[in-house]
Amino acid sequence: MMTIALKHAVRFADFNLDIETEIPAQGITGVFGASGSGKTTLLRCIAGLEQSAPHDRTPVHRRRIGFVFQQPQLFLHMSVRKNIEYGLHRNAKSGPAIDDIAAMLDINNLLDRAPRSLSGGEAQRVSIARVLCQSPRLILMDEPLSAVDERRRNDVLPYLDRLHTESAVPIIYVSHNIDEICRLSDHLLVLDDGKVVAEGELQQVLAMTNLPQLAGQNAGAVVSAVQAEYDVHDDLTAFDFPGGRLWVTGRYASSKVRLRVRASDVSLSLSKAESSTILNILPAEIRRIETESAATLLVSLQLGEAGLVARITRRSSQALNLRIGDRVFAQIKSVTVRR
Amino acid sequence: MTLDLGPLFISAQLAVVTTVILIVLGAPLAWWLAQTRSRWQPVVQAVVAMPIVLPPTVLGFYLLVVLGPYGAIGSWWVRLTGDALTFSFTGLVIASCIYSLPFAIQPMQNAFESLPRGNLEAAWTLGASRLDAFLSVAVPLSARGFVSAMVLSFAHTLGEFGVVLMVGGNIPGETRVVSIAIFNHVETLNYAAAHTLSLLLVAFAFLSLLAMFVVNRRWQRQ
Repeated sequence: MMTIALKHAVRFADFNLDIETEIPAQGITGVFGASGSGKTTLLRCIAGLEQSAPHDRTPVHRRRIGFVFQQPQLFLHMSVRKNIEYGLHRNAKSGPAIDDIAAMLDINNLLDRAPRSLSGGEAQRVSIARVLCQSPRLILMDEPLSAVDERRRNDVLPYLDRLHTESAVPIIYVSHNIDEICRLSDHLLVLDDGKVVAEGELQQVLAMTNLPQLAGQNAGAVVSAVQAEYDVHDDLTAFDFPGGRLWVTGRYASSKVRLRVRASDVSLSLSKAESSTILNILPAEIRRIETESAATLLVSLQLGEAGLVARITRRSSQALNLRIGDRVFAQIKSVTVRR
Repeated sequence: MTLDLGPLFISAQLAVVTTVILIVLGAPLAWWLAQTRSRWQPVVQAVVAMPIVLPPTVLGFYLLVVLGPYGAIGSWWVRLTGDALTFSFTGLVIASCIYSLPFAIQPMQNAFESLPRGNLEAAWTLGASRLDAFLSVAVPLSARGFVSAMVLSFAHTLGEFGVVLMVGGNIPGETRVVSIAIFNHVETLNYAAAHTLSLLLVAFAFLSLLAMFVVNRRWQRQ
């Protein structure tokens, strides 16, 4: 597999970024971390925008690295179309057709509008189209949803999904929102204080229960699944993943999906509860037990080929005398379907 | 008695040439002042603002010394062209450029400083060189600043008196600008001529400032 080598070191008065790693040259690599962990600085170094960065003198405009900023950064003195053409005309290689990109992002009817008249979500879609039209070798996205109104995020997210499946260009996606990361990325870098503290395939990194960045609200797992059946009568959809079958409320169009299971939605029992309201109860094996807080533990579970994470109290663990290698039943209360 | 309108044309000519030079050469300087992190920035900023504070006579006096046939620039000019810079139209242009410099620089600099920084970075990552991004993004977005700079340098040059007088602006058809002509008319008690020229100047000043504010208002509404 082709990889992209990242090697960046910058010193600031109160913060040092020191990163040396490799990421896949395809798909979306998520960069996750608290604010101030160096996510944006890393992207700015890659793009050549960080003036304090010492080496690599290739000027920004010759790098062919697309950058989607937090704010759309559309040029207000140009129409939407002129904005998109800006990058297209400045990159020698014949770029993609504007119409195709516009169709993909559903902005055809915005092309002759003024950027000022667009909603936040529309403007961000235009800025993504502008970056795609410059035919970049790599696309950097710095929390592209952070400036979009919470209720309008769905004006952009489905298009990012689409980009994920349709674009051949590798993308580095920075976010402090674990849901966005789980939804979009294939590979994950976790940053803390300017350093990479975990990296690897998304599902494997999420299974690392010893990372404070992936504890609390962020603890949970992602599994790939395929749609197996839909029960019209109860409005439930069954998804098969390597660890078994999960029933989810509602109907879904896509056959291949990602399921996000939060650690707080998984509980454990030693025997299979026959009279329970929980639909999804699957056999699992305990792989690891890590302390999360004074009261809680995070338990890594193996279900066939797949992994889940459960949050339990220390008291329950002692009551059930849970040990690594034990066979238990995972009771999954809620599942979020991504795509 | 017919009124000699020559000084009016010389003034207009001087103002046009000065404005063009100040915009073309001033824009890069204003850009540097707006963008640089150099510790020399405040020094240059202060030097640029000096003509606002100094009496025109002080400025004119030093210009006379420097531009004169024995001055640093003047003597070099004499060797190069055979003519003196003082008491010439070229000398007036140089003096006007220095005198009106802050009026051109400051509006452009303010406009550049209020540009969204991310816009430029977006332009660079989209493949625009620094110069390209300056011309295609920074300048059009700063159009209001450019209009203000043009109107102010034009009007300020038109209204200058002391500096012109000092570096030799009283040669008819060459350096006698309208403000000097008015002064001469008053000296010779020709109030009618002074009135006409003054009124023309008042009307012109009002119209050019009005035009600037109307344009600015229209841009603001957009």
